[in-house]
Amino acid sequence: MADDSVEREIVIEASPEIVWAVLTEPQHISRWFSDEADVEGRVGADGTLIWKPGGRGGDKDVDAIVPIRVVHAEPFRRFSFRWNHPEGATPDQDNSALVEFTLTEEPNGTRLRVVESGIEAVTDEQSRAGYLEGHTRGWEKHLGELLDYVAARASGAAR
Amino acid sequence: MTATAVIEDDALWAAVADPTRRRVLDALLDHGEATTTTIAEGLPVTRQAVAKHLAVLDRAGLVDGRRRGREVRYTIRPERLDLAAEAMARVAARWDRRLARIKRLAESVQAAAAIDS
Repeated sequence: MADDSVEREIVIEASPEIVWAVLTEPQHISRWFSDEADVEGRVGADGTLIWKPGGRGGDKDVDAIVPIRVVHAEPFRRFSFRWNHPEGATPDQDNSALVEFTLTEEPNGTRLRVVESGIEAVTDEQSRAGYLEGHTRGWEKHLGELLDYVAARASGAAR
Repeated sequence: MTATAVIEDDALWAAVADPTRRRVLDALLDHGEATTTTIAEGLPVTRQAVAKHLAVLDRAGLVDGRRRGREVRYTIRPERLDLAAEAMARVAARWDRRLARIKRLAESVQAAAAIDS
């Protein structure tokens, strides 16, 4: 695993085509990710994710608007985007985190894996709100090192 | 969160970000309690370097140093490590929640498609 990433996986009883649609189409994105989504599932597309007060983002007073740019879109197999870069900036490894979805067909459906890496900037709606207020940025830095460290700590405890 | 807490968080993250400091922490976990000299013996760095890293870890609240005569014995402060581990777990938990919602959505779309066909 890369130094600064989190990785999760789930098996879904639906075809890769359907999982792809849920991942990439705004009407679905606004039901699993942000409260509103203006996103196109094609490479290079810039979009926005919006979390509303009282919505999925929790107890914020104002809308949290997060830019997103699609990096890779290989239908039914791979979808990735960068997010949390400053508005108007070109997202790169220094100013944004990379989220990569991989879809693998299985006998009963689809294995969906997500890796978020380059967690230098804030990573989601809750920490974004904190970041705007100048608060929790520190918590989102160096997540990978911490991951490694916690793993080492667990193996240390097992010895 | 207060301004002081923010500064403390930054110090905590900066402390954990350095690979040598993580090895110093590992050594402390192995030994339970150790002096600068003991830790330096197991690492490819000088005693002086270890002392500097321990000072950073001490400022971040990750270790506790107690003077015994001429030497200082260091121990881990587990509550600070737990804080850091919790922060990381929260990010992973958010993806778990999102993936669970994706699963629910996709499976309901799949079920609807099966009825239609």
